[in-house]
Amino acid sequence: MSRVILKMNDIHKQFPGVYALKNAQLELEYGEVHALLGENGAGKSTLIKVLGGIYQPDQGEIFFKDEKIDINSVHDAQARGISIIHQEICLVPYMTVAENFFLGREIDRRVFGSVDDHTMNAEAQEILDQLELDICATDKVESLSIAKQQMVEIAKALLKESSIIVMDEPTASLSGKEVDKLFDTIKKLKKKGIGIIYISHRMEELFQICDKVTVMRDGEYIGTRATSDATMDELIMMMVGRELKDLYVRGDHEIGEPILEVHNLSNDKLNHVSFKLHKGELLGIAGLVGAGRSELAKALFGIDEVATGKIILEGKEVAIKSPLEAMKNGIALVPENRKEEGLVLIQEVGFNISLPVIDRFDKGYTLDKDHENVLINQYIKSLNIKTPSVKQIVGNLSGGNQQKIVIAKWLAANPKVLILDEPTRGVDVGAKGEIYSIMTDMVKEGVSIIMISSELPEVINMSDRVLVMHNGEITGELQRDELEQEKIMKLATGGI
Amino acid sequence: MQMEARAVIAKKQGIGGRILNNFVKYLKDNMGILIGFGVLCGGLAIMSDAFLTPSNIMNVLRQATTNANLAIGLTLALIINGIDLSVGPILALSGTVTAGLIANNGVPIPVAIAIGLVLGTTLGFTNGKIISKTGIPPFIVTLAMMQIARGAAFVYTNGMPIRVMNDSYNFLGNGYLGPLPLPIIYTAVLIIVASYILNKTKLGRHIYAVGGNADAAKYSGISIAKVQLFVYTVSGFLAAFSGVILCARMYSGQPTVGTGYELDAIAASVLGGTSFTGGVGKIGGTLIGVLVISVLNNGLNLMNVNSFWQLIAKGLVILIAVYFDMMKKKAKPKKA
Repeated sequence: MSRVILKMNDIHKQFPGVYALKNAQLELEYGEVHALLGENGAGKSTLIKVLGGIYQPDQGEIFFKDEKIDINSVHDAQARGISIIHQEICLVPYMTVAENFFLGREIDRRVFGSVDDHTMNAEAQEILDQLELDICATDKVESLSIAKQQMVEIAKALLKESSIIVMDEPTASLSGKEVDKLFDTIKKLKKKGIGIIYISHRMEELFQICDKVTVMRDGEYIGTRATSDATMDELIMMMVGRELKDLYVRGDHEIGEPILEVHNLSNDKLNHVSFKLHKGELLGIAGLVGAGRSELAKALFGIDEVATGKIILEGKEVAIKSPLEAMKNGIALVPENRKEEGLVLIQEVGFNISLPVIDRFDKGYTLDKDHENVLINQYIKSLNIKTPSVKQIVGNLSGGNQQKIVIAKWLAANPKVLILDEPTRGVDVGAKGEIYSIMTDMVKEGVSIIMISSELPEVINMSDRVLVMHNGEITGELQRDELEQEKIMKLATGGI
Repeated sequence: MQMEARAVIAKKQGIGGRILNNFVKYLKDNMGILIGFGVLCGGLAIMSDAFLTPSNIMNVLRQATTNANLAIGLTLALIINGIDLSVGPILALSGTVTAGLIANNGVPIPVAIAIGLVLGTTLGFTNGKIISKTGIPPFIVTLAMMQIARGAAFVYTNGMPIRVMNDSYNFLGNGYLGPLPLPIIYTAVLIIVASYILNKTKLGRHIYAVGGNADAAKYSGISIAKVQLFVYTVSGFLAAFSGVILCARMYSGQPTVGTGYELDAIAASVLGGTSFTGGVGKIGGTLIGVLVISVLNNGLNLMNVNSFWQLIAKGLVILIAVYFDMMKKKAKPKKA
């Protein structure tokens, strides 16, 4: 018996208009943690879906435990012990944790085909306790926090007798402590000889937990390295295909008078929030998930109601009760979830970019398509949006390009204050750099930016000044020369 | 720790305790609509002497049976994030065909009933097959089937009612078992079977999963197509069955029968807490919804409110009930 548990050779997969995989490869050994690395759209997810039986490859071979196999369905993959923890949380919210665990393979009681909840609850609880999760098997999934749901998703895969476990961005919404727990679990699984494929954008994690890294780019296999002799720069170069200049582009820019003043803003999520934003300033807002950062953005943009407090814009008090009023006052919001709140995914690139400013092209009886297209093309060019045409459906583009479209949408509205909520979430390194340089260009032009971010390197490197939030309150303000990871975390966790 | 405590309690209780527990949970889950139902019944009891008489109660229940049967199917369809608009016409077609076979062709009763049931079930199966194979939205597919089945009922009967005077057939709709009208017994059985499937079996889990998060269901190896096929087939069967019984009860197969029944069944499901976005719904809740509609109709009749006003009242009740239900859900706090 060889040491190789899985070998995927020369996998090709084509979708209408897109070559998702060409010559993709992967070789995984028993008890190995193998990272799959690549920018968004590099084909990692597609390769995993081929392994999981969700897609069938057009060409290529898969060897599993030295046997050539076809994986024709999710069932096939599951029957062979291939478990996939998907990036998007894939649980039924209205069901209990145990019901989700056993979905599709419920234990029967043998009388009248009724399901045996008692046994299932007990088995599920055992796994949860093993992982030391403070979760009850009979809790409804919808009542759990996102981080806990993510842990449930991971625990679910452990329940099955797996020989291969694929983890797609498992730490995306986990706190440090939970990440440690996850890594402990991974080490235990390794000892059992289970092969683990690990996908993450957090490069430092790869060096912490993975044995080998396979890099993909544009659907192709680029190379495999042992993490012990690879460097971060080398991997990034393999990923983007060129040397990456400084990621955080920050030019000199002038910071002017206060443009936005917020006094004692309160509602059910915010507690007496006060701050000032200056013209041409990039103000970072840090904090943990649920600290009230997005809620502040939503209050400023007129989505959430404000109970008490004042918003003063350019010296005048304004009441913002709807996004329309916010836009009229020159405030724009690039929301946290581009797929739900940012874009009409089933519509074209052009449609999305001109959506907030479509009034400008209204000729009364019809739309002025020519001028609309001038504007659209201008932003596609200036933001370097990679799309085959204006007519491309947004849902078919990569995450980085989608994010640039959401930004384009709001730049087109000429905002004075631009709020960016997690501007680089789920965006690959190349596009990240581009988004940072867009932000820099904007502050140079005198736009004021509020950047909400959970990525501390981004907050520290990009911001002129940082506010830290905790429990709906601002717990601290740090100037650029005071920005340090520890200081921010201390304020973000309540200051003690 | 919470879990252990609950497990200990569950062990101590035994079967009687569990039933009591489930009953308490049922009351809690359906509190809003039950209170509404109580108020409605109380009000009617005060305003009309006839309302609380045993014969009127039986009458209300018997009238509720058709809607109950159809609402079971609709609840299933809504749970999987679908809908079935074709139940009214399928009911009419199966009923008229069964009546026609008996009255015009002298087909033996069991055979005629079987053909009627198979016909409706096949139409439901066809709905399911088209929905799962083509991906055309259920609303459209069943809207088309609604027209087709209604048209077929008119074609078959030439637009005229078919009278059936056959004692043993009519007994199926008008007979009694002890004090209980037969249709009530059929419906009771259907409710028990449907609740069992939804609450206790694998299939039930899969139905909730498909509606609650289709991707999660798919990635768990559940065949969404099979679940859809099952639900629409059952809905077709229930419509056919109701048609056969209703026809026996009315001594005639009428092509216009069941007009708007699909909407009453949807209303009952929604009143009973079934979610229009899928994943949530219980037969027990739907049952209360059916009773609310039935009692409302009956009460307004007893008080001589004309049927035009009854429609308006029904519409308002649905709107108010669902509004309160939504408010209740919004108020539900989230755990950390």
